[in-house]
Amino acid sequence: MIQAIIDWFGTSVGQFTLFSALKILGVFSVVMFIVAYAVWVERRVAAFIQDRCGPNRVGPFGLLQPAADAIKAFLKEDFTPAHVRKTYYWLAPAIVMIPSLLTVAIIPFGSLLGSQKMVIADLNVGILYTFGIVSLGVYGIVLAGYAARSKYPFIGGIRSSAQMISYEIAMGMAVVPLFLIACGLDVQQLSAGWQELLEGTSSLNLNRLVTWQAVNGWLIFYAPLSFIIFLAAMFAETNRMPFDLPESEQELAGGYNVEYSSMKFALFFMGEYANMTAAAALMVTLFLGGWSLPVAGLDQPGATVWAGLLHIGIFLAKMVVIIFMVIWVRWMWPRFRYDQLMDLGWRRFIPLALANIVVTAVVLWVKS
Amino acid sequence: MICQMVIKRRKLNLWERLYLPAIIGGFKVTVRHFFKKKVTMQYPEEKWVVPAGYRGAPYLVKDQDGRTKCVSCQLCEFVCPPKAIRITPPGPGGVPEAGNVEKAPKEFEINMLRCIFCGYCQEVCPEEAIFLMKDYSLTGTSRAEMIYDKEKLLALGGVHQDKIEKWKHKALEARAQGMEP
Repeated sequence: MIQAIIDWFGTSVGQFTLFSALKILGVFSVVMFIVAYAVWVERRVAAFIQDRCGPNRVGPFGLLQPAADAIKAFLKEDFTPAHVRKTYYWLAPAIVMIPSLLTVAIIPFGSLLGSQKMVIADLNVGILYTFGIVSLGVYGIVLAGYAARSKYPFIGGIRSSAQMISYEIAMGMAVVPLFLIACGLDVQQLSAGWQELLEGTSSLNLNRLVTWQAVNGWLIFYAPLSFIIFLAAMFAETNRMPFDLPESEQELAGGYNVEYSSMKFALFFMGEYANMTAAAALMVTLFLGGWSLPVAGLDQPGATVWAGLLHIGIFLAKMVVIIFMVIWVRWMWPRFRYDQLMDLGWRRFIPLALANIVVTAVVLWVKS
Repeated sequence: MICQMVIKRRKLNLWERLYLPAIIGGFKVTVRHFFKKKVTMQYPEEKWVVPAGYRGAPYLVKDQDGRTKCVSCQLCEFVCPPKAIRITPPGPGGVPEAGNVEKAPKEFEINMLRCIFCGYCQEVCPEEAIFLMKDYSLTGTSRAEMIYDKEKLLALGGVHQDKIEKWKHKALEARAQGMEP
């Protein structure tokens, strides 16, 4: 029996299952770790900016605060108000949480570790999958607002849906120039390591984008306008500060999550931070060269295990920088008004993104 | 006639509309505050130093010879707005420990859960025997524990004199007349 299982792991299907499971486990635990500590960093940074100390009691520097928070969330009474729509009320937190975890699946978080590609699902539709999944996240919030059957969550849900349609378009368009630029990649001329990494991929694959950036330089320098639009859209997408209209603690008393308590409430928060993590990962991959670093030969796929691990480290470091920036921004800017947000989305970013596509295409056409 | 004041709103120029001055300004402010000294007091370890005249918990005090000053006149009990004080006088036949305290209370209780720290007891006391001290954080695990009895109040109050030092002068007076107070 045991011999049969070991034999099965020897086959290609078995290998694929085994390594995929390991990668999923690794990525999931890393994401959850980042989520837990992003909350701690958020509270500490907030406190420091407001001349306070923040949580510093649980463990050294308050580093065990996430554990205390988790225990608190689990032990609290899971209260379901009588007036809610029960099914949707139960579904909503899960629907917020799941898409952000699914998005991470296609992110190449490292080059090669041994002979394994450091990406859970090496999809050729790459970026399209991301946009498909990311926009599902808003359903959770809308559903939470609808399920609560009270006014503030409802307004929060409505706002979230309006926000989504005004940003998703600009976000999608901002990414188009990147793929226009990167599809000029000639895989045949690259070294054997690249050949192995890019085997069987097509032009929408995110690993190709990273490869192009490793060879030619980071895309943020080639498409800065795309970066700015994507950054703004990312803030809106993850409901972070200048655009956190569905939540707006001051006006809506917490928005869509008003009626939630205990672990369901915690799930909304974990969803928000997991979303942030996924968005940061996507951003690093699209604009900041993914796992590559243009020094000391780190822009080549890892030939040794150490190089592979180092690439993962580089990726995580870049991600942490982005997350820190997102957290900082929250305590720096006031919230946009609802109409300002719609105006910015529809009347500024969409024309800009369109122009950006056309200009990029023309420049590339002239150059070739 | 309706009086109107029209405020001309200045149009934002391109530089301002790009949102950049706001970003830079915000960044400056947040960075400055990030590295500033924090105002938080690490409470149980470091405690707030209360100013003079602060009205904390009321305690009984002793005179310079370590004797109870209270003479069970019960004025504080009567004046206490939330009725937090209960005094049991010694009654007739009490054996005086010393000349000036033949009416020292048999029991003196302050219910700290009722006390509102108004300071009337201190104000009304003719013997300067009760003072509002500087303790502001009184905690206990039961209601019974929060009713402070005579021993506890005296221990917490310690030896304390008002500026007038009435009891000191009285003792001097008594000694001058050849009596031991």
